[in-house]
Amino acid sequence: MAGLATSLGAGAASNSFNQIGDADTLFIFGSNTTEGHPVVSIHVNRAIRNGARIIVADPREIELVRHAEVWLNLRPGSNIALLNGLIHIILKEDLDNRDFIRKRTEGFEELRAAVEAYSPDRVEKITGVSPKKLIKAARIYAGAQNAMILYGLGVTEHQTGTENAMAIANLALVCGQIGRPATGIMALRGQNNVQGASDMGPLPATFTGYQSVTDPNVREKFEKSWGVKLPAKPGLKSVEMLDEAKDGAFKGLFILGEDPAQTDPDLRHVREALGSLEFLVVQDIFPTETTRFAHVILPGASFAEKDGTFTNGERRVQRIRKAIEPLSGMAEWQVLCELSSRMGHKMKYDHPSEIMDEIASLATIYRGISYRRLEDGGIQWPCPTKDHPGTATLYQEMFSRPGGRARFIALEHKGPAEAADSSFPLVLITGRRREHYNNGSMTRRVRGIMELFPEELLELSPADAERLKIKDGERVKVLSRRGEIEVKTKVTTRSQEGNVFLAFHHQDALTNVLTSEHRDPITGTPEYKACAVRIEKLQN
Amino acid sequence: MKKPVKAVINGREIISEEGRTVLEACREAGIYIPTLCFDERLEAYGGCRLCLVEVKGINRPLSSCTTPIQNGMEITTESPNLTELRKTMLSLILSNHPDDCMCCEKAGDCSLQELAYQYEVTPGKYDGERWNLPVKDDNPFISFDPNKCILCGRCVNICKNLMLKGAIAMTGRGFNSRPDTAFGRPLTPETCLFCGQCVSACPTGALIEKQSIGKGRNHSLRRIRTTCSYCGTGCNFYLNVKGGRVVKVTSDYEAPVNRGSLCIKGRFGYEFIHHPDRLTTPLIREGEGFREASWDEALDLVASRFNELKEKYGPEAVGAFSSSRCTNEENYLISKWVRAALGSNNVDNCARV
Ligand code: SF4
Ligand code: SF4
Repeated sequence: MAGLATSLGAGAASNSFNQIGDADTLFIFGSNTTEGHPVVSIHVNRAIRNGARIIVADPREIELVRHAEVWLNLRPGSNIALLNGLIHIILKEDLDNRDFIRKRTEGFEELRAAVEAYSPDRVEKITGVSPKKLIKAARIYAGAQNAMILYGLGVTEHQTGTENAMAIANLALVCGQIGRPATGIMALRGQNNVQGASDMGPLPATFTGYQSVTDPNVREKFEKSWGVKLPAKPGLKSVEMLDEAKDGAFKGLFILGEDPAQTDPDLRHVREALGSLEFLVVQDIFPTETTRFAHVILPGASFAEKDGTFTNGERRVQRIRKAIEPLSGMAEWQVLCELSSRMGHKMKYDHPSEIMDEIASLATIYRGISYRRLEDGGIQWPCPTKDHPGTATLYQEMFSRPGGRARFIALEHKGPAEAADSSFPLVLITGRRREHYNNGSMTRRVRGIMELFPEELLELSPADAERLKIKDGERVKVLSRRGEIEVKTKVTTRSQEGNVFLAFHHQDALTNVLTSEHRDPITGTPEYKACAVRIEKLQN
Repeated sequence: MKKPVKAVINGREIISEEGRTVLEACREAGIYIPTLCFDERLEAYGGCRLCLVEVKGINRPLSSCTTPIQNGMEITTESPNLTELRKTMLSLILSNHPDDCMCCEKAGDCSLQELAYQYEVTPGKYDGERWNLPVKDDNPFISFDPNKCILCGRCVNICKNLMLKGAIAMTGRGFNSRPDTAFGRPLTPETCLFCGQCVSACPTGALIEKQSIGKGRNHSLRRIRTTCSYCGTGCNFYLNVKGGRVVKVTSDYEAPVNRGSLCIKGRFGYEFIHHPDRLTTPLIREGEGFREASWDEALDLVASRFNELKEKYGPEAVGAFSSSRCTNEENYLISKWVRAALGSNNVDNCARV
């Protein structure tokens, strides 16, 4: 979310999901919405039925392509070139929204200069998308009354992920397609509480509510509330903690509800790092790849076993409610209180609602939120006072940056860190399937889902299949510079020639053995979406 | 802004807005009208004829779900004539409906059963020919008993118009028409999303959640409204609980994001909660394996080890990962724990992943 935060002020979706159906144009960028966010796609379907024009930018022929007027079938990792190219056309054809640019943005001249070099012909060379399609998409988007961009992990899970999101913001800003109902940018993220987990500030440089740990006034506020002196130096990112663990400088780690030994890219490195820790505690609801490395495993409570809140992808804070007692007798919030108290820093709450009250007292965007107020339908932040109804549409008056203006960021195409070459000639794109979730530890334990979707499938194009003499359903070996796995194939036109696709939900084919260690230097997000691989037939 | 519309319903003046139907205007005003084929998520179909109302100046009853509300309309929703018509409709439906309420999974949550009770319609008024068709449940999630289908079309409509999938359609004609897949083939991942939207739309026990069969009916289930833990859409639904076990998920039509709709994970993906693999007790490493421990022992160990490491290597050498699968409160607490108890800012979530 760092990209949107830099450009617009908040690292969050600008609108509400139920506004999607009212947009007259949807630009679906790197999101297989139908599979990744099935109920969001119901809103997309509503827009389609209302006659909205659809543009899809995705290297794969995802289901929504069927409804799209233009499919920008770009090469993996060429997002910035594509977006710069669209802006180039919009400026050349005078389709930009001058008034909006003048009144509400800054940095336009730098952007104009940067996109100058992205002529449709050059963009075609980089992205593989024809000038005709580019021009058509640019005209549709710029000409819309109310356009919304829905972007997904196909945008963020790249080395240039942060910049990709900025490039999307540039496009919306050039056309003034933001800051109104049914007009804006929706970032569709992977896990259920991505938004809340950022808002709450388990982050090395910010406290709850994106307040910097280096700001003495902020620290003072938290010190007063927590009754303890707080460190001023920003901490290590998860990636850095692992790197330092491997080097022997980082010693003790508590992992709450994550499975980096399966979901992180470049698994070998992660496993070595986890193995080097002096003390590792993992709390989870199931044994995972990561719990194998633990010294102590603590049982977690599922969402049915505790009270709490999640913040969804439209900034809506919503309740989860305890339906059954925690199977292990304790929910995570209780465990953390106990642990902290035993270490000498007392923490005590009788109910999670009291934790929310404390959050509200420390973070302005949550200030007006309390469990009582969440009873009917949740509240979208920012909600600064106890009688504020919450905010469905961001940026109607101002952007939340200093000065209130949005910022254009001039960007250059860099491409994926690892390109296909003669020894690894195919590009592997990884992603999600509708039926499964993340490391699969939950969905793999639903019998019906396993019956329908028992194993990982490598999707490859008919052309590649023919060239490699691979039959649909055949098991093959997939190799990258880092590792190899065996998997069954599915030959499908969803994959374009040169690209193959794998999800990462199954333990038997650990996709992330293959993926690369390259990361977005700003957020540390791994480049899941592109790495170079080769396919070999199995010797029998 | 939509233009306001004034009308009179059952002698009471109400204000609605242009573009609403009579049914919507009535429901907003808290006036009940029975329906079977109406589903808020869909465009009105006008098939079940139960939502008939009388409008002054029009000599035949109109379906309220398809009639737009207009200024000055005078509407009656209950009259002896309407009751008679509704009774007839219900009797006709019951004439080809199994008398299975005692064993039906849907009993207590069935619109047909409820309306029959309300209008005092008992089976057997018309002795009709009955279907006697086999139950279709050739997939893990959805069980279809065509004999209980009342042809309201909601399942077909939601699959086609909301999900844009069209996995099922009305097949056959007249007495033999019913919803089915193409050529009656099983639902497969190629044709069906297994979103269960059809099940949620069905007003009777024709389409039911296969996983929940025999696990408890409406009156014995406790329903807890909550938010899905699978993806960031944040759908709300009800967990249905019996005897300390989650046995079913049902729709919450008031939910701000999803208005009752769900996907395969939200609707059918709860079985993991009670999976035998669940970790239920703390485990402490011993040699190559783990041994069970009490919370007390485990927490003491974790607390003392972290304190030792902090002492020995400094607070910079310890830290935590948090998760975007955990609640806000947990994420807040872990960041507080790291900063306040460990004394570093080494805390990070995997939100970027
Ligand atoms: S489960 Fe969903 S896709 Fe399948 S038939 Fe029902 S509504 Fe259609
Ligand atoms: S029901 Fe499906 S779409 Fe809705 S939150 Fe759950 S996983 Fe996401």
